[in-house]
Amino acid sequence: MEIREVVGSLLLVQADATVAYDELVEIELPDGRRSFGTVLEVDESAVLVQVFQGTGGVRPDATGVRFLGRGLELGVTPDLLGRVFDGLGRPRDGGPEPVARAWKSIHGEAINPIARDFPDDFIQTGISAIDGCNPLVRGQKLPLFSEAGLPHNELAAQIARQASVLERSDDPTQAGAAERGDFAVVFAAIGVTFEDASFFIDEFRSTSAIERSALFLNLADDPATERFATPRMALTAAEYLAYELGMHVLVIYTDMTYYCEALREISASRKEVPGRRGYPGYLYTDLASLYERAGRIEGCEGSITQIPILTMPDGDKTHPIPDLTGYITEGQIILTRELFSKGIVPPIDILPSLSRLKQKGIGAGKTREDHAQVSDQLFGAYAAGLQARELAVVLGEAALSADDRAYLQFAAEFESRFISQGRREERSVTQTLDLGWELLKLVPRASLKRSQDAYSERYGDF
Amino acid sequence: MTTGRIKKVAGPLVVATGLPAAQMYELVRVGELGLVGEIIEMRGSEASIQVYEETQGLAPGQPVEPTGQPLSVELGPGLLASVYDGMQRPLAALRDAAGAFLSRGLSSPGLSREALWDFKPSVGVGAWVNAGSIIGTVREHEVFEHRIMVPPGLSGTIASITGGWHHVDDVVATLQSRDGSVHELTLLQRWPVRTARPYRERKLATEPLITGTRVIDSFFPLLKGGVACIPGPFGAGKTVTQHQIAKWANAQVVIFIGCGERGNEMTDVLREFPELTDPATGRPLLQRTVLIANTSNMPVAAREASVYTGITIAEYFRDMGYEVVLQADSTSRWAEAMREISGRLEEMPGEEGYPAYLGSRLAAFYERAGVVQCLSTEYPDPSTREAAARAAALKTPGADAYCDCRTGSVSVVGSVSPPGGDLSEPVVQNTLRVVKVFWALQDTLAFQRHFPAIDWIGSYSLYLDRLEPWWAEHVAGDYRQLRDRAAGILAREQELTEIVRLVGMDALSPAEQASMDCARMIREDFLQQNAFRDDDQFSSLTKQACLLRLILDFHDRILAALDAGAELADFDGLAVRDALARAKYLADDDSTAFSDLAAAIAAAVPLNETDGAHTPPIDARTETAQVGEGV
Repeated sequence: MEIREVVGSLLLVQADATVAYDELVEIELPDGRRSFGTVLEVDESAVLVQVFQGTGGVRPDATGVRFLGRGLELGVTPDLLGRVFDGLGRPRDGGPEPVARAWKSIHGEAINPIARDFPDDFIQTGISAIDGCNPLVRGQKLPLFSEAGLPHNELAAQIARQASVLERSDDPTQAGAAERGDFAVVFAAIGVTFEDASFFIDEFRSTSAIERSALFLNLADDPATERFATPRMALTAAEYLAYELGMHVLVIYTDMTYYCEALREISASRKEVPGRRGYPGYLYTDLASLYERAGRIEGCEGSITQIPILTMPDGDKTHPIPDLTGYITEGQIILTRELFSKGIVPPIDILPSLSRLKQKGIGAGKTREDHAQVSDQLFGAYAAGLQARELAVVLGEAALSADDRAYLQFAAEFESRFISQGRREERSVTQTLDLGWELLKLVPRASLKRSQDAYSERYGDF
Repeated sequence: MTTGRIKKVAGPLVVATGLPAAQMYELVRVGELGLVGEIIEMRGSEASIQVYEETQGLAPGQPVEPTGQPLSVELGPGLLASVYDGMQRPLAALRDAAGAFLSRGLSSPGLSREALWDFKPSVGVGAWVNAGSIIGTVREHEVFEHRIMVPPGLSGTIASITGGWHHVDDVVATLQSRDGSVHELTLLQRWPVRTARPYRERKLATEPLITGTRVIDSFFPLLKGGVACIPGPFGAGKTVTQHQIAKWANAQVVIFIGCGERGNEMTDVLREFPELTDPATGRPLLQRTVLIANTSNMPVAAREASVYTGITIAEYFRDMGYEVVLQADSTSRWAEAMREISGRLEEMPGEEGYPAYLGSRLAAFYERAGVVQCLSTEYPDPSTREAAARAAALKTPGADAYCDCRTGSVSVVGSVSPPGGDLSEPVVQNTLRVVKVFWALQDTLAFQRHFPAIDWIGSYSLYLDRLEPWWAEHVAGDYRQLRDRAAGILAREQELTEIVRLVGMDALSPAEQASMDCARMIREDFLQQNAFRDDDQFSSLTKQACLLRLILDFHDRILAALDAGAELADFDGLAVRDALARAKYLADDDSTAFSDLAAAIAAAVPLNETDGAHTPPIDARTETAQVGEGV
């Protein structure tokens, strides 16, 4: 194999043997270091190789290139749990390479839409702002839209720590008991700092969740081109755990912004025609190939629930990354600096947050019969409260009507008692709903028309 | 045909050589797995192939098998109630063959080869037939009459025809052309998806597509054969609106294309559609529906093709003489697929990276909607006496057994999902250039629990003028005027709201306040409609006209009373307001209830002059302009 050209992270290699598209390539540098790459383009005489670790040190005449005859794969085994890997699936914790039961292409395959099972099992996260207003269900993909400097990592860790599902309940007025079931957490760090990654590792260690976790870390100083592979490694592990071992897998990956930037970098080095803001035109399809790996399959015990975290540049929701993400995922949880600066943690902005699958996962038997009503009421009252707050800024609080003052008070209490909760505080869905009713007592009675009176009497003690 | 071989692989794009007979848009099978691909560029001896599946593992030297045909769909009995991917592979068959995941290289014919159909010939040996002639029928799902037609391009006399149970690919008839050649006819025919199916004559659409949704039918109506665009911001209730149209529209066949949608949502559609019942027949709605599901993680080229697959199937049912509604969700995803493919081809990009031909492709797709006079039997030689008699009979519908001067239509409702809700982006703008109806779904309305969340200010329909004569003939002579007045009051409300926000309600004159009140009533008592309430989900046009007339009559009476010196407060809390608010739940044909209500309004707010000047609420000519003539 003769290297003909080296440009950026690309190698143009003269190939004699048959090389396949997307094949894995091993590169041996003159100083003995080994690096990997993939085949971007093949024709009869030449192969274009993208080198993950960069081409620094490549001497065209003294560098070995070996085509491995397979694409990027992950060796799957139950022993993935409890281990820490790098972005390409090699052990990073000093332990031995686990013995693979099978090798799986990290690209996965699309789930046949008619083989999917509809996600409708409520996940109790123990966080009121999520459980009460934007509930998560098993098999959903619900990203956290955040900004630099907000506690999204803490929130994701709290969800991972507390997530449980409720047993079916025959009594519409009672939520079933919480159980964790056969669960696992797969965590992928994409381009985040060592500190952010160690936060998660420590968090999992301290709660001994690490035994149920597989971690894939591509840190900020790891090659950006490897980032393409990292979430796919994690999802391949998750698919094995969910669909072959029947576990309920929660996949957390952070930070999708870095992933997309890596994709842009790769695309630029390939000299592709750029789309919006320089991101490649296939960004949507590429993101879909990750997010759509969440779900449930009919006749399969396990499930994959995804919580991707992405930091919006300057909180801009119309930026291509959050925008395209929003079109693929089933809603979003939005964090806002405004609440965080008031000391409200987690600073979840209830109104623009949305869980598109919530209707199917709540109500009698699943949570409690009044869940949807409480949720609607809280939404409505909080929206009215924020309006009153705006009005108060203009007119002064004294000029407000009695109703508006009531809403104003509701909004303040809702933020400080319902949204705000300790990082270690876990509230059952029953506690969350009861708290909701308690707060709704602050709202003028007549405006509770959306609710069925029976519920307000039964649960709200009106 | 000679097998070619792969020369180059770059992502989903493969260059092959050794295909001397290749044609543009021909379907080929690529590599050892036989992945489906389409030739999209030819230079010298090289053909560029867009592969519809993941190309990992393809290598130079691997075979490329030509099929000699462009990407085509199979048309025939068994289409209805099917769920296909973008290339018309039945998803259930793929699941049975390969499990829950779509592995590569799978193939399955669009129509089952095992199913048997009871073919009832309607022509005899010796009959003259040509493209579009119906040679017989097959019953699908007991009620649907699937008409078997002579495929485009053929004509001659029937040499043999056999009724009874057949597979789709059995020869049921033979046809002898005038040049003596004999052609075999099966229940199945193929048609390339990128070519519009032929028809005899395009006609101007004049009849409404009645959906029973008041804001659509009265304010922003769509015609049979018309095109509409619906933007779908998060959580605005697009799906419910689509279901309502699928369920209630007076069409016989519904095609639903999920193009680049979420997997879980597609599952929801796939699960809910079978549960919907067709109100016209009481049977599952799925039995007159074809679903095409291509989720966002399925191959991008199949996503691009899915829209064509869908419209070709729609045209096939149109050619039988049916009214078809096609819903494409979403055309933005389709446009993005085009952009992606164009990028891979290294074409010069136009606006926002979309190919320069985005506008023309969108327009060409929407142009395949319309009302047509279908191809049907035309006699070859008018000079012969028999033919002349038949030709004369053709002009009198029903006079001749052979005469089926049928018309059919395809109405298209395309949804768009603009990035960041920005309606100025190229896909929306190019779509708006061709569509005549725009239903602006607004998430803010949904938050206020105003459903259907179609914004009455931002939406429009350019079919109003064309529909006016039909309305006057079939609903009520003043329907258009009622609608325009109501729309005017709503527009005025928006202006007044600005003033109220600045200086308060008291700054308005009593008449203006009354107009605000009327606008509220139009919004709440007319536009808002509960899709989940049996007595509210469908309103006949007659009922819609009645409701509007009652609300406007009430408003007129208040205005007149104000003129005569009454105070606005006098009309607060009238019992008749509650009755008006509940009027939308009255049964469509309960004309007594509507006249009673009109009388109650007259009694509550009497006019000073004699009360006979007003049009009675129920038009004398009331005919129920009801859904579907059935199939």
